[in-house]
Amino acid sequence: MTYIRPAFRHPDLPRNALGFTRKDYEGAISTLCAGCGHDSISAAIVQACFELALPPHKVAKLSGIGCSSKTPTYFLGNSHGFNSVHGRMPSVATGANLANRELIYIGVSGDGDTASIGMGQFTHVVRRNLNMMYVVENNGCYGLTKGQDSATADIGSASKKGEPNYFEPIDLASVALQLGATFVARSFSGDRAQLVPLVKAAISHRGFAFIDVISPCVTFNNNPKSTKGYEHVREHLAATGTVDFVPFKEEISADYEQGQSKEVTLHDGSVVHLHKADPELDITSRRSALRLIKDYKAKDQILTGLLYMDEDSQDLHEILGTSKTPLRDLGAAELCPGRKVLDKLNESWR
Amino acid sequence: MKRIEAVNDFVIKFANVNGTGSASANNMFAKAVFRMGLPVSPKNIFPSNIQGLPTWYEVRVSEKGYLGRRGGIDMMVGMNAQSMAKDIQEVESGGYFFYDSSKPLDLRMMRNDIHFIGVPLKDLCQREFSDARQQQLFRNVIYVGALAALLDIEFDVLTDLVSDQFRGKEKLITPNVRALELGYHYASEHYSCPLGIRLERRDAVGDQILIDGNTAAGLGAIYGGATVAAWYPITPSTSVVDGFDKYCKRLRIDPGSGNKNYAIVQAEDELAAIGMVIGASWNGARAFTATSGPGISLMSEFLGLAYFAEIPTVLIDVQRAGPSTGMPTRTQQSDILACAYASHGDTKHVLLFPATPRECFEMTAEAFDLAESLQTPVIMLTDLDLGMNDTMSPPLIWDDKREYQRGKVFTEAQLEAMSERFGRYLDIDDDGIPYRTYPGTHPSKGAFFTRGTSRDEYAVYTEDGDAYEKNMQRLLKKWDTAKQRVPAPELIKAGQGSSIGVIHFGTSRDATLEAIDSLKAEGVAIDTLRLRGFPFNKTVDAFIEEHDTVFLVEQNRDAQMRTLLVNECLISPRQLIPILNYNGTPITAKQIRGEILTAVRSDNVRPLRKQRAAKESV
Repeated sequence: MTYIRPAFRHPDLPRNALGFTRKDYEGAISTLCAGCGHDSISAAIVQACFELALPPHKVAKLSGIGCSSKTPTYFLGNSHGFNSVHGRMPSVATGANLANRELIYIGVSGDGDTASIGMGQFTHVVRRNLNMMYVVENNGCYGLTKGQDSATADIGSASKKGEPNYFEPIDLASVALQLGATFVARSFSGDRAQLVPLVKAAISHRGFAFIDVISPCVTFNNNPKSTKGYEHVREHLAATGTVDFVPFKEEISADYEQGQSKEVTLHDGSVVHLHKADPELDITSRRSALRLIKDYKAKDQILTGLLYMDEDSQDLHEILGTSKTPLRDLGAAELCPGRKVLDKLNESWR
Repeated sequence: MKRIEAVNDFVIKFANVNGTGSASANNMFAKAVFRMGLPVSPKNIFPSNIQGLPTWYEVRVSEKGYLGRRGGIDMMVGMNAQSMAKDIQEVESGGYFFYDSSKPLDLRMMRNDIHFIGVPLKDLCQREFSDARQQQLFRNVIYVGALAALLDIEFDVLTDLVSDQFRGKEKLITPNVRALELGYHYASEHYSCPLGIRLERRDAVGDQILIDGNTAAGLGAIYGGATVAAWYPITPSTSVVDGFDKYCKRLRIDPGSGNKNYAIVQAEDELAAIGMVIGASWNGARAFTATSGPGISLMSEFLGLAYFAEIPTVLIDVQRAGPSTGMPTRTQQSDILACAYASHGDTKHVLLFPATPRECFEMTAEAFDLAESLQTPVIMLTDLDLGMNDTMSPPLIWDDKREYQRGKVFTEAQLEAMSERFGRYLDIDDDGIPYRTYPGTHPSKGAFFTRGTSRDEYAVYTEDGDAYEKNMQRLLKKWDTAKQRVPAPELIKAGQGSSIGVIHFGTSRDATLEAIDSLKAEGVAIDTLRLRGFPFNKTVDAFIEEHDTVFLVEQNRDAQMRTLLVNECLISPRQLIPILNYNGTPITAKQIRGEILTAVRSDNVRPLRKQRAAKESV
């Protein structure tokens, strides 16, 4: 484990449109176990934010409790972060977003934090189509309390302790699809080529963007009998296709096979290109996504990649009809009706 | 037969079936009294039910301005067969029982010491109105008309009220006035009007208003600059957010765009409601939630986070009878300890105790200043009695020069000018209150990680015991700072150096002050201290110290405020004699007066007095 990160920066490090280097998006050194899948996800978030040239301070990171929820400390050190209470990040994110609609909200949670204690709040933040990216770092176990099964563990899957899980797993991507999430993807922490563009698209999406990332727990759930270990996941991976994220105004130069690619334009003009591996997939159809997840599972395969996108939805602010100026920037002039109005109101109570 | 005789000083109670439309007729009656320049205090005693169960509306008229419950009923309007036997029993000897005489009364219920006044409401209604729903609704209006004759209510006042109520729905004015007339004429023709109890116009309400505390609190949140309200429906707090919503729709819509300068979210539960408030406050908006006892239990974990991570949080607790679901539609002051020390670990929270609608308004607005200045949760503890009943109150006031106190928040310019490292939990000013930054303020300075885990002064995670202890000590220092900032108690001296003191708070105020008044007439002089905030400041310690006998009036079983005083002021529990009411209805002046008299006249108190005399003679 590394304790010190060298301050040295090579003068020729590549810079993004804002003049930042990738290092400017890093956070504190991770204290997770060596080889933890979560660290790869943090790295993907760093890479995505760097490539998107986001001003780091315009991002807010939120999490609940658990190994996954520790990770916001390990990326975007120049952004405000909020490590809330177990399973309650969605409500804190909702409040934060209501206060200032202009920031970018990145929520990081785990399978325990989301699928058990936080299931209630998760379902409702999906329903509200809160404008945020919500990443679940899914390892099928409770790492921080030493490896108990979580609610996403597959039936028959056994952690290091050897006892198989008997209970039906919760598939969070399917839950998100059923409850109206407007961007749903699944990925694998070991597949950075797939994850980085997905994160970029999720951040750019307006509305609730959910990514379920299978992220093996190297210490408690990486044994041969586990279906969330590196070995099993690598052997059973299937992808919807590859995804390119093309930011607004950037020229599209890639070469696509006719009939095998799908383009979705985001509200800010960016474009997501999906190069489909399975011609059955229609990423604008929830039913198609739900069916494919089931079909692949029946074949003992884990379907990853972009599953669904709806770019025409309204986020919570649009549904509520709130001011375009962030609520937190409104002053007394807009907020306080003053004495004269109060005098009139008093008259109505006489 | 004896007949109760009283002008402008009596209690009338309406016994109805809920869901029959009686509430608006009863409100009209109370408002008519108020518009005749007479102090009035209506109390709604209702079931946790929508239709079919007994509900009561108790109206006290008091020219002297006593607004607490007096105890005893001079006149009952008995409109509910289910509760009638008991309702008849409740009337004071010499009092009056008004009933619908379309059907004869059960003779077994008759009493020969009270006056029965029958008006055939159902028959009158059926003759006049054809629609079944109208026949039901107008029965209520007819009895108000009859009462106008029986009690001498000015008829014009009633017709004006009808016009006000149905502004925009003019079609309804004529039948309502017709119903009033039916009752009025029947009573005038069949009874010698007015009765022994009656009303006479006075100028005894001045510029006061009649409003419920929850509406006033909702409006206080608007004036206080709240932009985010997150809540979960629960009686009796729901009307706080209803009030906020109602007046936001009138006062907070941007005229140009039609967009809302506020956001209201009905959360999935109380946990989410307070989570949203904390998230919004963390991000620089003024946010609040309203709940009642069960919600406080659920919000406790988050309150601990807000205390420890130092996030302003405004919470309005409209208390009801606990424990557990308790009596959801009955009043109590029984969340004091649950709120003062909500959450695990060492926590304490700032509390506010309003006693009038004006204070509900002011304290709600002030709660935002306090929460942001102190960076901690502030809980306003009101109750069902104040929250849901129309209460006579001085008008709501706002000083246009008042500025929101947003607390210690570094701006972009301040961060830019800073050469040293920003420390979120550094006690720069030596008052225990650190500086915070809103997310998104500065490109490279001022970012920090908010967490419920222990951290150092720079918000970096640590399990170092010294750093943890230092932080906990700073929070105590902040607590001391809070003592100077919360509203001071209200002290009323009897004038001649009384050795008896009474401490009270919230809705116990009206009944307490009335009891003190009546004791004064008997030569028992008593000082009073009304608690308005927690932490307690030195005035409270001094008051207890200066009086030989101190009573504490509160509306719960366990004398929770006494526990809090004993704990925080380091006094002996024996120094405080509790006067407790917890049957779910507001405390009465009669009870307070009785218990004080009994104690003052008994031997229990004398030794304390002698002790003092002995001390003085030395």
